[in-house]
Amino acid sequence: MTTLLDTINNDPRRTAVLVEDATPVNNHEFRADYEARRKIFPSRVQGFYRQLKWILVAVLLGIYWFTPWIRWDRGPHAPDQAVLLDLAHRRFYFFAVEIWPQEFYYVAGLLIMAGLGLFLVTSIAGRAWCGYACPQTVWTDMFIQVERWIEGDRNARMKLDAAPWTFAKWRKRLTVWTLWIVISVATGGAWIFYFADAPTLARDMVTGQAAPVAYFTVLTLAATTFWLAGFMREQVCTYMCPWPRIQGAMLDENSLIVTYNDWRGEPRSRHSKKAIAKGLDVGDCVDCNACVAACPMGIDIRDGQQLECITCALCIDACDTVMDKVGRPLGLISYSTLVDFEHHTQTAKQQGRETATTEQKRVSFAHIARPRTILYFTLWAAIGLGMLVVLFTRGHLDVTVLHDRAPLFVTLSDGSVRNGYTLKLASKTLDERPLELSLEGVDDAVMWTPESETRSRQLAVMVPPDAVRDLRVFVSRPPGAEAVSFTFLVTDPESGEAVRSTARFETGSR
Amino acid sequence: MSDIGADKGFPRVPGSEPYRGEVDQPTGTATTGHEWDGIKELNTPMPRWWLWVFYATHVFALAYIILYPSIPLLRDATTGLLGWNSRLEVAQELTAAETARAELYNQIRELPVEEIAKSDELREVAFRGGYSAFKVNCVQCHGADAAGSPGFANLQDDDWLWGGTLADIQYTIEHGVRFAGNEDTRYSEMPAFGRDGILERPDIRAVTRHVLSLSNSGPADPQGAEVYAANCSSCHGDAGEGNRELGAPRLNDAIWLYSSAPADIERQIYSPRHGAMPAWNQRLDPATIKQLTVYVHELGGGEASPEDAPSQ
Repeated sequence: MTTLLDTINNDPRRTAVLVEDATPVNNHEFRADYEARRKIFPSRVQGFYRQLKWILVAVLLGIYWFTPWIRWDRGPHAPDQAVLLDLAHRRFYFFAVEIWPQEFYYVAGLLIMAGLGLFLVTSIAGRAWCGYACPQTVWTDMFIQVERWIEGDRNARMKLDAAPWTFAKWRKRLTVWTLWIVISVATGGAWIFYFADAPTLARDMVTGQAAPVAYFTVLTLAATTFWLAGFMREQVCTYMCPWPRIQGAMLDENSLIVTYNDWRGEPRSRHSKKAIAKGLDVGDCVDCNACVAACPMGIDIRDGQQLECITCALCIDACDTVMDKVGRPLGLISYSTLVDFEHHTQTAKQQGRETATTEQKRVSFAHIARPRTILYFTLWAAIGLGMLVVLFTRGHLDVTVLHDRAPLFVTLSDGSVRNGYTLKLASKTLDERPLELSLEGVDDAVMWTPESETRSRQLAVMVPPDAVRDLRVFVSRPPGAEAVSFTFLVTDPESGEAVRSTARFETGSR
Repeated sequence: MSDIGADKGFPRVPGSEPYRGEVDQPTGTATTGHEWDGIKELNTPMPRWWLWVFYATHVFALAYIILYPSIPLLRDATTGLLGWNSRLEVAQELTAAETARAELYNQIRELPVEEIAKSDELREVAFRGGYSAFKVNCVQCHGADAAGSPGFANLQDDDWLWGGTLADIQYTIEHGVRFAGNEDTRYSEMPAFGRDGILERPDIRAVTRHVLSLSNSGPADPQGAEVYAANCSSCHGDAGEGNRELGAPRLNDAIWLYSSAPADIERQIYSPRHGAMPAWNQRLDPATIKQLTVYVHELGGGEASPEDAPSQ
């Protein structure tokens, strides 16, 4: 399967480089249309990006798994879970922030921010989302790691896959699948804790008392995780997901993408020492296929930019390991912009490959601030700041008035005219709240409620904590009154907060 | 000539030589053998996932046919192994809804209507239940807005022919007005002063003017006042304040059951029309009547019960 590659210098400290017998199975040259999927067995790599990815996995999953368990005291009338999407009571709690359904524009704003954030990150660092943060990538990464623990690295897994179904193979496969199921259930299980009180729900789940929808959600998410990360893998990115197309369209010549620096690597040679001895022109690429073996997408990065590439950067680590062994500068495969790539290509042509290699920076952030990224960032920050300002200056009191439509007005026996209104008093504080309702703009009007028939110009109303109270109010004016617009004023005597809503008083006169 | 047809991919005669598909060189895919104006169709296989889903729908359909009602017969349909049908489901949902509201409904049935109106929860339930019952049984006469129409009482205002307390309203709904089928129905009849020759036309005109003057809608009429005192005040009161015991309307307010036009008032005196209302205790259960009572009382004109009235 593998052959030893001669190293450029015979330094005994350096171990020999293995040439991988790896095929980029998703390369179109190797793959006929409509051919069934060929499995990919990514090999283990070590290096900076691999480390970074493990750290990100730990942080992101940590956030996902532990957030629902954070407590946040809101007093006796609201749940004490820091982050909670309370669908039953139509409230969204996020630490000190509480959002009502009619404030959904915050969510819309967050979605716009997410969109702009994606534009920003993509224009700077290409498909960084795909490579580092997308759940499909993260869970596939974990599942492959499980395979490595149980079945071994690339060659062992390929051998096992091709082997007949013996007891040993069954044992290994069942172990892998069991671990996958454990991860999948934990994945789906964590999701539901965002929608109900986590400790209570956890107890109910275990004792079988939770709502069927909870079990169904866990089952569905576990099943899709198991299937997508265990078996579908790179097909999700290539065939099912629209983002590669969108993100691909958002790259420009200053975006960082995983690049094989062919100006440095070509012509590639497996026997560079002999070739150099013969005086042949030889590039840095020793054609060891480490990048192909490491690729979870089954492509060869040396073929250039491809739709399949999720920029996971594992080929960079794989190649750097080899470059280190053969004593060449790192970064034959690197994050590079098209501008840099063109520049180095020109330099290599004009001043020689060595000069260009010396000049090459591993990662170039030279063009991070350019009109496009500044615009994205400004918009993103403006929306974020705007939402924060609105959020922290928003009122905790709201009133809406619905005028009775049938009948619009009622003539009473003394000739006076009565109009009926339904007031919706929304109080967004977490305690019961005494409010005062009064009339503005109609001096001759009095009001009362069906429950208390005392006529007055001011009503005391109690609104329950964090709720909307429907209040029926009758307003009447003396005989001969004309139709008029007036205002309901609601004040909180304690805080001084006041809100108004205009309404129409109809009398039938023109 | 038949050979040409076979070449062009027309349906093959059974038993004849099978078509040997040619392979399209650029794609390596066999063609279907169909050709139109030099354009050939590739025999591209369906994706496997698509085929599997397609087969899965067959399995699903078969299972559905066996488990659920599906094949229409002459009178009904096959019942299916599960025995499910939509009518049964509706019946179950109705039973479930009834069970769910049984407790509140029982309280409404047991308690007097005054007690229901005092409890915030029961009043709310009764109001909403009454609203539904009103939409079914009452809107035909009293209107969807309960504001009535000429001859049919407006239930929104504060003028009541037979009384506006909870007890009064409940009695009126239970026994109706001038309803022949109920012994306890509210009953009264105004004499036909003109038709039966009790009063002459000029007197009727004069008393019409007097009636209008009672609500300050016209000038005083001494002749009318005399006729009124002799013929009308026993029921409608000296100042036109009406009498709820007899269902005699107030004449000194701004509300008119039929119309405030002089000609209409004159006609009513000459040959009165009398509204009628069914006795609903023969059609509706007591709980529904109580809910309707609370609903009508809450519309805005309901009057306090005597024992609840604040002492002056």
